Parts: sequence; structure tokens; C-alpha cells
Amino acid sequence: MSGQSTPLRLFWAEFRENKVAVFALVVVVLMILLALFASVVSPQNPYDLANLSLMDSRRPPGFVGSGGYTHILGTDPQGRDLLSAIFYGLRISIQIGLAAGFVSLTIGTTLGILAAYVGGRIEALIMRLVDLQLSFPAILLALVIVALLGQGKAQLIGALVAAQYAYFARTAYGAAKAERGKDYIEAAVATPLSARLVVLRHLLPNCTPPLIVVATVQIANSISLEATLSFLGLGLPVTEPSLGMLISNGFPYMMSGRYWISVYPGVALIILIVAINIVGDQVRDQFNPRLRR
Amino acid sequence: MSAFLSIDNVSRLFGPNLTTGEKIAAKLGAKVETRSVRAVSDVSLTVARGETLGLVGESGCGKSTLGRLIAGILPPTAGTVMIDGAPVMENGAKVTTRVQTVFQDPFASLDPRMKVGDTVSEGPIAHGLTNKVKTKAYVAEWFERVGLDPVWVDRYPHQFSGGQRQRIAIARALAMQPDVLICDEPVASLDVSIQAQIINLFLELTRDLGLTTIFISHDLSVVQHVSDRVAVMYLGRIVELGPVAEVFGKPAHPYTDALFGSVPKLVLDADELVHFDTIEGEVPSPLSPPSGCYYHPRCPLATQACSDQQPLMQPVTERREVACHHFEEQIAKGLDKAV
Repeated sequence: MSGQSTPLRLFWAEFRENKVAVFALVVVVLMILLALFASVVSPQNPYDLANLSLMDSRRPPGFVGSGGYTHILGTDPQGRDLLSAIFYGLRISIQIGLAAGFVSLTIGTTLGILAAYVGGRIEALIMRLVDLQLSFPAILLALVIVALLGQGKAQLIGALVAAQYAYFARTAYGAAKAERGKDYIEAAVATPLSARLVVLRHLLPNCTPPLIVVATVQIANSISLEATLSFLGLGLPVTEPSLGMLISNGFPYMMSGRYWISVYPGVALIILIVAINIVGDQVRDQFNPRLRR
Repeated sequence: MSAFLSIDNVSRLFGPNLTTGEKIAAKLGAKVETRSVRAVSDVSLTVARGETLGLVGESGCGKSTLGRLIAGILPPTAGTVMIDGAPVMENGAKVTTRVQTVFQDPFASLDPRMKVGDTVSEGPIAHGLTNKVKTKAYVAEWFERVGLDPVWVDRYPHQFSGGQRQRIAIARALAMQPDVLICDEPVASLDVSIQAQIINLFLELTRDLGLTTIFISHDLSVVQHVSDRVAVMYLGRIVELGPVAEVFGKPAHPYTDALFGSVPKLVLDADELVHFDTIEGEVPSPLSPPSGCYYHPRCPLATQACSDQQPLMQPVTERREVACHHFEEQIAKGLDKAV
């Protein structure tokens, strides 16, 4: 019996029943692999200016360029092979999404659990700050911060974290506040165990389910927020285009029939975000006892 | 009788949890409830080593709060709790491992995400009662003591029944090698068929380990079965204290008498009608307790003195104390009934 029914195994057994979610998970994993091995699977290195030729710019899908290979999805205004650019763009988008997601998760969870465990003035201070921030749209805050800090990966991640940690703080606070009042926490405090042990061994593990749900959704959100910022020209440098910037690059040519420059990166972005959200929804449903059969 | 566990004039107030907005509103003169509830009021008790003290009373009388004060879960507002001369709490933090608690609901008191073996071993490891090498044997020993198979240490709480979980909770408390065990309604949430097993386990373990036990329960028959002495609480005060047989046999406080009279009996005398002597009226709000003796609005023996003056604990016999102006009358009444 033991060993076969660990919570993780049970979780996976239930997850497997939803075929759509499994398919979405496969898509997410596939896209992460493509991003990881972008340099291997891409026909061209779109960051190497020596590889690019302006002669090949804005060519339709199927065009055989000066490099001697077929541009399956066409080329962009800089003469980059779009398929390669999408793979590399995916890499940047996922990198930034994950980095921003994990940093916000860490900061937000720490603040939320601290507020719930310590209580009193610290609780009031942290949570009012979080409430205040949640009353602004995340995009507005991110715009202001990127405008202040300038462009670059670190700045962008910083802006995304500042815009998103509040969601994690709220979730962690809510979960920790509910768990804090339960008998097993009281039992641990009454042993007595140190506050560090109580928080790390009892409070935090019992707050993870809602945090995992928020993390999945927020990683997808980070990716779309980054795409939005890049589309507005506030994201990364032009030499390292993310998906958002690729869409932005093609935007002026949409009306002249050169749809592929914007549409294909857009499709890649949508597939990624939808797939992550489907996985996130399934995880949330499994953690929600009211939806249990 | 030597005092191993001594509780000196312990009180506990619960202030209302006001939000910042309510505090401001209260300052501005709005009607915000700012009075405190006196959950435990000036309670003094001594318990001898190895003794089991039952704590009974209606819900809301403060018996659980008193248990938590003794266990060092809540800091008292006033007074001290000492075990063998050493305080249980200092500056609002528990400073001893010599008192441990078994909680009412074993479905809530075990961490659902921790293997039960780890639940039992983490306290002893943190306090150096065992070490990483000996942990397995140590946990196995306590599992066996409470009647659980040690192969179950790697399971999670949801894989156990209520009775088994309560055994795990008992193992967790005892693995800390306490001198004093607080049992806060430990069988109230269990099936009746399991209650007897757990109570017998308690009796066996407290005897074998020489534990001093505070047994909190509203189930009078359970308290009668396990306790040496019993304390009856009403609205945060102890109204009667004494050996179980004497208190149950000849109640000296009208409240104790009424409490026992309201217990439904399974076996009736041949000519007896089914009739419960319920206590008149409601428990007064602890926010505004009555003057004098808290019980006087519901007491059949109440006189003017009862509403004027709070009765103090006074000896009835050598080992019995009662807080009532009319305890002699009450005892006489009890004798009349018996005749």
C-alpha cells in the first residue's frame, strides 16, 4: 500500500484521466524542448547578423533563400527565417515567463506567509500594500517600471515580478491564514517547535496546492505580459526578438498581404499560453475539493 | 498532597479582534463591541504527581481554554502555571516540553501532508530526545505502545481511521516524554465503539508512565471512569472540586447537581418516569456575567446574598472545595433525595 499511493502518484493518476490536459501538457513540454534546443533545430541562427540577408526579407512561406534552404514560414523584415526566429523567440518568452514566475512566487509567498503567521502590524502593512497594488492593472505597473528601468532582460523580469508578486502574496496569505488556525499547527506550536520549523514543515507544504495553481496561470500571464510589452516596444532589444516583438515587427505589413510575419509568431504564442492554461485549469480542478467526484 | 502541577490565579481574557477601521470607529464613538470575554477567571488548582483531574462543564465554560493555558498553547492574561516548580510559559512562549496535549479532533490535529512517522518523530528530534540514527526504533516503540503497527510509519493520516489517528496523536504527545498530559475531549469526536478502546489505552498509559493528566470532557461518565478528582467549571470559574466519587455522589454545588441531573439515564427504576431535570434558563453571556455568584440567576437555592457577593472556594471536607453560599443546604437536599 505505502509507496503506491503517495499524493503525487494519486495526482498523476487523476491528471491522466483528462486527455485534453495531457495533450496540453505534451504541447507545453514540446515547446519547452524546442526552446531549449532552438540552436539545434533551427535552420538559421537569427541572432547572427552575418547569416541574415536583406535580400531575403519579407519573403512568403516556402521561399528558398540565399542560404539555400526553404523558409517554411517565410522571413521577417530583417530577413530572418521566421521558423528559427519563433524557436529563439519561444526560448526568450519561456525564459522570462519562468524566471518572473518563480521570482514572484518566492517573494509573494514569503510575504504572504509572513503576514499570515506573524499577524498584527506586519500583516496589516503587507496586505494593505498588496491590496493597493492589486487595484492597479498589472500592465500599467509593468509599463511604468520598464519605462523607468530601461530595456533588458533583468529589467523586464523585475517589472513582471513587481506586477505579479501581489497575486502570489494574496493567495499564500489566504491559504496560510486558513491553515494557521487548524489544530495541527497548534499542535506543532505546542510541542513546542520553532517558528521556522512550523512554517517550513507544516504551514508551507499545506499552502502549496493553491500556489501551484496560481503559478501555472501566472507563468502564462508573464509570457503574455512580456509579449505585450515587447509589442509596445518596451521589452527586449531588437537584436534578440521575443515572440511579442516578432508580432510587432510584422504588424506594419499586415495590410499589405504579408500576414505571415505577425501571424505565425502569434499562433506560437497562443498555442503556448492556451496549453499552459489548460494544464493550470486541470491542476486547479484537481485541487478544488468541491469539483471532486 | 504535594503539588506537582500548580495553577495560580490564572485568568485569560479574550479581547475582540478589531480591525483598524473598527478601532477608528470606536475612537470616534461608534457602537463597537470592545469588551473582553473573561474565558477563565482567577482559577487556582493543584494536581499531585500521577493524578488524573477531570474537568467538566457546559460548552463555553472555559474548560478547553483552561486546558490550553496549562498546555502552554495560550499565554495567561494573569497568573502562572508551574510544573514541578518550573513555569510552562515565559514571555508568551512555551519553554517546556513536560506538558503535551492530545486534541479533540484527530482529523484536524495531524498534518495531512506529513507521514505519520515524521509527525511522531519531529518533536523528539527537535528537542534531542532521539537522534536521526535511533529515530526509526524510537517511533516504532511508541507506535507499539499505542497499539499501532510500526510498518505504518510511512503512511499519511488520510489512510487511517479516526481511532487510529487518535492513537497517532497520543503517540506524538507521549513521544515527547511529558510528565503532564492534557486531554482536550480526546474521545468526543470518535465513534462510541472506539471511545472505550481509546479510554482504556489512556488509563493503561497514564498508569504505566506515571503521567499527571488533565482530562477535559463534557461526557460525565467518561470523566467519572478515568479521573481521581474532578473540577466543575461554570462561566470561567471553578465551582466545585473534589474526589470523583464524592462530587458525583453528593454534589455540594447546585450547578453540579443540576449538571448530573440533566444526564439521560439508560436504566430507569421500575416506577420512574422518563424525566430530565434540565437547568433553567440560558448560560449568561460571558461578556456581561451576572453579579455575585455567576450561577444565581439559574439557581434554585439563590438568595439575596448570592447576587450581592461572589462566593469563594471553601472547604467542605478535607479534600473537597466548593464556591457556594448554600452548599450545606445543597448537601442536605441531596441526602433527602437519597432517602
